Amino acid sequence: MHEPIMQTTAGAIKTTIGGPRSRAQVAAAKMPDPKQKTAQLEDLLFRWITRCFAFFVLAILLGIIGSLMYGSLPAMQRFGLGFLVSSEWNPVTEKFGALVPIVGTLVTSLIALLIGVPVSFGIALFLTELSPPWLKRPLGTAVELLAAIPSIIYGMWGLFVLAPLFADYVQPWLIKTLGATPLIGLLFKGPPQGIGVLTAGFVLAIMVIPFIASVMRDVFEVVPPVLKESAYGIGCTTWEVVRNIVLPYTKSGVIGGIMLGLGRALGETMAVTFLIGNAHQLSTSILAPGNSIASALANEFTEAVGDVYTSALIELGLILFVITFIVLALAKLLLLQLAKSEGKRT
Amino acid sequence: MTLDIFAPRTEAAPKTEARPATKIAVRHLDFYYGNFQGLKAINLEIAERRVTAFIGPSGCGKSTLLRTLNRMYSLYPGQRAVGEIMFNGRNILDARVDLNMLRAKIGMVFQKPTPFPMSIYDNIAFGVRLYEKLSPRRMDERVEWALTKAAMWDEAKDKLKQSGMALSGGQQQRLCIARAVAVKPEVLLLDEPTSALDPISTAKIEELISELKADYTIAIVTHNMQQAARVSDYTAYMYLGELIEFGATDELFLKPSRKETEDYITGRFG
Amino acid sequence: MRHLYARRLLLNRFNLAMSLMTMAFGIAFLLWILYTLVAAGFNAFSASLFTQMTPPPGSSGGLLNAIVGSLIMAAMGTLMGTPVGILAGIYLAEYGSRGWLAPCTRFINDILLSAPSIIIGLFIYQVYVFQVRHFSALAGSFALALIVIPIVVRTTENMLRLVPDSLREAAIALGTPQWKVILMVTLRSVRAGVITGVLLAVARISGETAPLLFTALNNQFWTTDLNAPMANLPVVIFQFAMSPYNDWQQLAWAGSLLITLAVLLLNVMARIFFRQATPK
Repeated sequence: MHEPIMQTTAGAIKTTIGGPRSRAQVAAAKMPDPKQKTAQLEDLLFRWITRCFAFFVLAILLGIIGSLMYGSLPAMQRFGLGFLVSSEWNPVTEKFGALVPIVGTLVTSLIALLIGVPVSFGIALFLTELSPPWLKRPLGTAVELLAAIPSIIYGMWGLFVLAPLFADYVQPWLIKTLGATPLIGLLFKGPPQGIGVLTAGFVLAIMVIPFIASVMRDVFEVVPPVLKESAYGIGCTTWEVVRNIVLPYTKSGVIGGIMLGLGRALGETMAVTFLIGNAHQLSTSILAPGNSIASALANEFTEAVGDVYTSALIELGLILFVITFIVLALAKLLLLQLAKSEGKRT
Repeated sequence: MTLDIFAPRTEAAPKTEARPATKIAVRHLDFYYGNFQGLKAINLEIAERRVTAFIGPSGCGKSTLLRTLNRMYSLYPGQRAVGEIMFNGRNILDARVDLNMLRAKIGMVFQKPTPFPMSIYDNIAFGVRLYEKLSPRRMDERVEWALTKAAMWDEAKDKLKQSGMALSGGQQQRLCIARAVAVKPEVLLLDEPTSALDPISTAKIEELISELKADYTIAIVTHNMQQAARVSDYTAYMYLGELIEFGATDELFLKPSRKETEDYITGRFG
Repeated sequence: MRHLYARRLLLNRFNLAMSLMTMAFGIAFLLWILYTLVAAGFNAFSASLFTQMTPPPGSSGGLLNAIVGSLIMAAMGTLMGTPVGILAGIYLAEYGSRGWLAPCTRFINDILLSAPSIIIGLFIYQVYVFQVRHFSALAGSFALALIVIPIVVRTTENMLRLVPDSLREAAIALGTPQWKVILMVTLRSVRAGVITGVLLAVARISGETAPLLFTALNNQFWTTDLNAPMANLPVVIFQFAMSPYNDWQQLAWAGSLLITLAVLLLNVMARIFFRQATPK
């Protein structure tokens, strides 16, 4: 019999049996006490139950990958690797390609990061260095509330409020200014429709800001005060302390936070679906409508007829899952590395 | 009741009485944290219905020794004990020992008061319910008895349904003592029970210890020498994992036989 | 030297001003969104929201079936996901110091936490909806449960890790079996935190649309049949908002306001509850 408590092995506990008396006692002790046995069984049972549920979490992940792969098989067999680079999307002739949704997903996420990361950084900086103490809690809560607002609300607001504004003011202005420059101007051609890749990316930016800002703020707060004080002590300005001390110290965490935000942006469905325009076309202009993997799925899955169509959409889902998985895994590894180096440095 | 914490013990078991029976016999005990040896060849005997104190500077192994007596270290892989600790005719280091039953007979109170997240009543009843099925009336009686033994009944009797965590530090510690006593153990292990408390609570608990030893065998770890001198009948001085000297408290403090003991007691060291 | 110093000061001021602006940017958008919601939603608010079903286009109606459907599926998803999450969280915190299962599960759990919820919906579609050949509220609840699980696992584990070992040891010292120590002492001492985690999970699934798109679908009519498609607020909003009908769009705004109020209320309640229930 072994202990009911955790992982000590019986062999780890050595006994020196003394004289004959103790030997007899030990022999007598071999009789198992029934109450003792049930207690041990109960502990073992409980431990195994919790273990099963931990396995279940693993099983979910494996199930997702497995079922997606299984569902994509028809499309994979039909289109092979060309699926990834074809921009065709024809339900009638049953010819599908993932290029447009993949590009749309990547571009909207990129726009979201380009706008979101600097803003998040500014917010994190404000919350940790500039804000008066009494303001920190309410502002922090406000940021968290932004994160709590459901995606569909962003979609509604984006579609009915922001898109018309973009169509009437922002996009014409962009076309007039940046659209006239060479090269970059290619990004801003076409009619100012309001909905499109740019608007979707912008709303996506607002959605990921609270996530990235939270991680950045948490990571900034971990910097040991003595480090900052020694910089202030030689006369550094606040900005210089942040740039030369805080940022390098929290490098892994910051990148981890950004990747976390990227992971979210890649998978965002409803806001993008409302705003991206659901057009299977590639365009160099970000003012044009397009498609993302998530929005294609949301718009077309329930209407898809035929095995190939459905399978192509599932393959899109698989691609999205793989991309997000890689991004999130990298983010996690980076954040773990930060936690480890924390232990070493302090 | 005097609150003068510097007053020496006045009541005492006569020092000339016959030697008391041994409750726990530690024989050639070694203890390892991984590869580091925390206890080296400890031999001592804990007398029945007496208070035995373990003293020594930080890191000397006194808490380690205490925690072998109820196999508390078994929670942590990598910690192991080699040797014999005889209790009620059995070696408790044996792998076949039922740890839950052992701990019902050898109770422990910790340095930091640890009330469970439940009412005062339930705190006490929790341990009792593990081993006995008592009718509600008998349980009420047991709770009252335990709180009285811990000198807390008057303070707690109107608050039984309140959370144990709402008490003051000293009260929480006495609650923990009541909780340990309620399951009617044979031995009580106290690991620096007053080091987190204010002087007045400390005095109350020391008085409690003197009363409890009429019924229980007590082993106490303390880093406060004066406390050891006040409450204990036997004292063990430890240093770097070894038992340097063990004997009746009065003799050890007045006429220590080892120079290391004398250095520690007179404050020349530690 | 003074020129250099002046430049440093200027740079500092500039960057701090930018920081202030970004903070204002964030707050401005939050307020803008909330204001829009309240203004547009309030307009569409009426008692009939809670008394009538979703109407066909062109006629008036309410959101009752959607509201009830959302409540039912959120409740079921929470009921199914919470025990799984708590038990897995217990494993990670109490038994997880050795072996490969715990670090692996923790890693996977954090990824699932941020995984696209539409993929969760797709997964349930593949393994359940497709097999039984019909959409259902049950499928929707499964999908929501899969979103609840990682959140509850995370919060339960984090809370349990905060419990000092001395409390566990005190229970062990009485001779309590390990499983009782975990359930009746350790878990109980962080009860408030675990409940808060569950509340936050409920807030999260209340607003989720994507997982319900291919599982519970939608239903124009009233039903409590768990084996049939069931109306729910997010999908109704999606359908109504993208339509060209004005009265549908109005209902979409009303529904949006309802969801946002519920989510924000749950978040605030969870925080207050946690702060109150945690002593000191």
